[in-house]
Amino acid sequence: MTVTSYGWVVLAFPLAGMLVCALGYRKLPGHSAGWIGSLAILGSFVASILMLLELEHLPTEEREVVDSAFTYLQTAGMDVDLSILVDPLSVFMCLVVSGISFLIHVYSIGYMDGDEGFVRYFAYLNYFVFSMLLLVLAANFVLLIVGWAFVGAASYLLISYWYRRESATAAGIKAFVINVVGDVGLVIGAFLLFDATAALDFATVFERTPEVFATNDGQLVAACLLLLVGAFAKSAQIPLHTWLPDAMEGPTPVSALIHAATMVTAGVYLIARMHPLFEQAPAAADVSAIIGATTLFVAATIALVVTDLKRVIAYSTMSQIGYMVLGVSVFAYGAGMFHLMTHAFFKALLFMGAGSVIAAMGNEQSLDRMGGFRKAMPFTYATFTIGALALAGFPLMSGFFSKDEILAYTFNRGGLYVILGVVGYAAAAMTAFYAFRMVFRVFHGEPVPEARELEGGHLVHADPVNPATGEPEDTDVGFPGSEHHIAEREAGMKAAMGPLALLAIVAGFVQIPGVTDVLEHFLEPTFADSHYVHEHPSDSAEWLGLAVGALISIAGIAGAWFVYIRQPGTTGRLAERFAGVHDFLASKWYFDELYDRTVVQPFAATGRFGRTVIESAFVQGVIVGGTVGIVRAGSSFARSIQTGELRAYAALLLIGVSGLVLYFLIVAS
Amino acid sequence: MDVSWFLVLSAFIFCIGAAGVMSRRNPLVVLLCLELMLNGGNLALVAFARMHGDGGGQIFALIVMVIAACEVAVGLGIIVAIFRRRLPVDVDELSDLRG
Amino acid sequence: MWFEQLMFFLAGIGALGGAVGVVALRNPFYSVLALVAHLIFLAVLFLLLQAEFLAAAQVVVYAGAVMVLYVFVVAYVGGSDEPLRPEGGALRVLGPMFAFVLVVELCIALLGSSLSLIDSQGTGVQAQFGSPAEIGSLLLQKFLVPFEAASYLLLVAAVGAVVLARKRRGLEEETA
Repeated sequence: MTVTSYGWVVLAFPLAGMLVCALGYRKLPGHSAGWIGSLAILGSFVASILMLLELEHLPTEEREVVDSAFTYLQTAGMDVDLSILVDPLSVFMCLVVSGISFLIHVYSIGYMDGDEGFVRYFAYLNYFVFSMLLLVLAANFVLLIVGWAFVGAASYLLISYWYRRESATAAGIKAFVINVVGDVGLVIGAFLLFDATAALDFATVFERTPEVFATNDGQLVAACLLLLVGAFAKSAQIPLHTWLPDAMEGPTPVSALIHAATMVTAGVYLIARMHPLFEQAPAAADVSAIIGATTLFVAATIALVVTDLKRVIAYSTMSQIGYMVLGVSVFAYGAGMFHLMTHAFFKALLFMGAGSVIAAMGNEQSLDRMGGFRKAMPFTYATFTIGALALAGFPLMSGFFSKDEILAYTFNRGGLYVILGVVGYAAAAMTAFYAFRMVFRVFHGEPVPEARELEGGHLVHADPVNPATGEPEDTDVGFPGSEHHIAEREAGMKAAMGPLALLAIVAGFVQIPGVTDVLEHFLEPTFADSHYVHEHPSDSAEWLGLAVGALISIAGIAGAWFVYIRQPGTTGRLAERFAGVHDFLASKWYFDELYDRTVVQPFAATGRFGRTVIESAFVQGVIVGGTVGIVRAGSSFARSIQTGELRAYAALLLIGVSGLVLYFLIVAS
Repeated sequence: MDVSWFLVLSAFIFCIGAAGVMSRRNPLVVLLCLELMLNGGNLALVAFARMHGDGGGQIFALIVMVIAACEVAVGLGIIVAIFRRRLPVDVDELSDLRG
Repeated sequence: MWFEQLMFFLAGIGALGGAVGVVALRNPFYSVLALVAHLIFLAVLFLLLQAEFLAAAQVVVYAGAVMVLYVFVVAYVGGSDEPLRPEGGALRVLGPMFAFVLVVELCIALLGSSLSLIDSQGTGVQAQFGSPAEIGSLLLQKFLVPFEAASYLLLVAAVGAVVLARKRRGLEEETA
């Protein structure tokens, strides 16, 4: 089998899994849908590994293989195939996506046990994985956009999975609308590129870019900025980030899969894939880097004060993706991808741990009501702490190497990029602080009643309650019932968290400055045409950066320890002292309010105007009313002719004949 | 004989029949008046056949006679059915198909 | 020549008189008789136009068989006069008026200059014209399909008449 046939197999498995789950919705008993879905993704993962091995056999310069299944569209000047591109970057993304997805599927079998929509859930999940793999394997803009939109639809379905809960459907709609804004940006960007290069497949576009565009050509910069709109909407970067925290309404494994490990990294992938364009348009890349740095800082500040456990992790996701965007925007592709991978491991792990705790709390997500789970859930405590250490960039953990590599590359660019690097280190300190804020508040301190009950080895779940309103949930379509499992008790969930914890520790060792260079070396064929491929920071600079990062990380963790363990209550005093700042951060920098004022309300006003004036007066009154009036008058006339009187009909007939004869007389004369 | 005389005669017969259809209320008589109209047409057809020396017009007239026979059979059947059901035998009363 | 003209005028007046009788006579039974007379005069006109077979068919089939059917039905339904209802309806007056307008129009068309082609004595015809042999060969050769279609139409009409007029118990009881 060639390398591309494995690529098709990678796509076929989740598609088949989705079809089986969706069509067998009423037939699949028990957990079979979960196993079918998991095996499909496992097949995809195995095929990805085989694809990797096959790719390694090829000579370095031939490691970009395109294969076309059939012609999608062919008209004058336009030639689009349904084709996939297999190169180190897409293989890398396939491995990350299918690998993490497999573990999350296994975790979900336990987590979603007892949910009414079990089969539906796995159909959605497989659909999502298929869409994501399609996105990363696409070899032209058309297929990329298809995958891009599929992913958005899948995320909408999964966020609104518990669709009887109003806040879930609202969050789903919000995510979908913002994603569509991104889709539009991506489509228009692709149009601009097609306009200039007359091609839609990546290879041709990239080949022609240096010929048709000068550096920082206006059209190219515009196209790149539009691509960035798409990337930022998917990756929840400022200013298109507001959907991600709300998306925490979905089931926790979904948050782990979509909103941490895979979908939100699509924007990073896009920028990396489009690197020949961005290198030709450094202005756009600078915009991207600045936005990445802004996002990582803003999200970290918000994560300091948010009290919803999953939202803290969501904001930390935004922040970490900010690092990745910063990395690929300063043309440190290897570093960006490296962080993408390590982040996927530890963030999925954190979400799984959080899901476990939230399940034990009966869907309660507020940090204020948690505490003391250390003894009740030792396994979760251990794995969650590993994830938090990796997130905080604790020395020798995976996040330590990947985050600092991005910052080292940023400093290496010199000039104003140094500011971005400093911002990155400042946010790193906050990251360490809020990571351990979660650990200390959830697992340390006085055990809450739920934790005590769990220590006794037993926990009866209450019926699910909407944490926002306190109303009981409508369990007809979903929500795990009272026999709902938590990670501590389920082998499958432990089996998913264990490997992730291990990876969160060791994944950093593939890329130790001056020692190993596995990932960057592997990705090199994709980025061989980059002008910056040989610009490395010196090993000594990287080690200096690592030392600084380690100090900052330990300082942040120590700060959290001091505030939450040593002197509990400090935070309350700080919040009172700096009430203004606290409110500002707790309100998430007022982004939602800003959008409400500037976008939502004007649109709503326009809609109301349209409904009251245009719709009711013009459409209903003139167009519809007029048509109805004409038809009614015509039919009442026609009815008046239909008297049922035979002789009247005969008379009409005769009048008609007379008229005809008269007409011919006049015409003939 | 000038053919147009026959044609004028056929026009008169046709119009007398038409006037009868419009003014009489007994369905039997209405059917008779329809026969008149058909016969007017027949006369014109035969006259044209003579004018052109073509037998086709006569065949046409023959077919019209067949149609007339069919119409009589069905029409009289309907009248008998109406009579059997004790309905008024009057086209003005039979106006149930009013729109 | 004058004989032909005399016959035309006699038969024409007879046909017109019959037609007027059909429309004007109160009693349907007399109307049927008037139609029979009309048909016979029409057969004479057909003879003048050298349509011998048609004339014979007219007398035998039409004036004979079909009219007998009418007579039966009139006798069955009751050859009463028109129902004595106030002779309302504008059509009482308007109907003949429309018919008159049409006649005037047609006469202008026929006798005026507009259709000048009609003003002919007709082409010469061979002796066979209008004979049963001629009609037969036309029907079975040139007009075979219309002939067959007409026969099916007759069959359908016969079956339809039987279905319409037969006694239906349910209906009879329902309306009785």
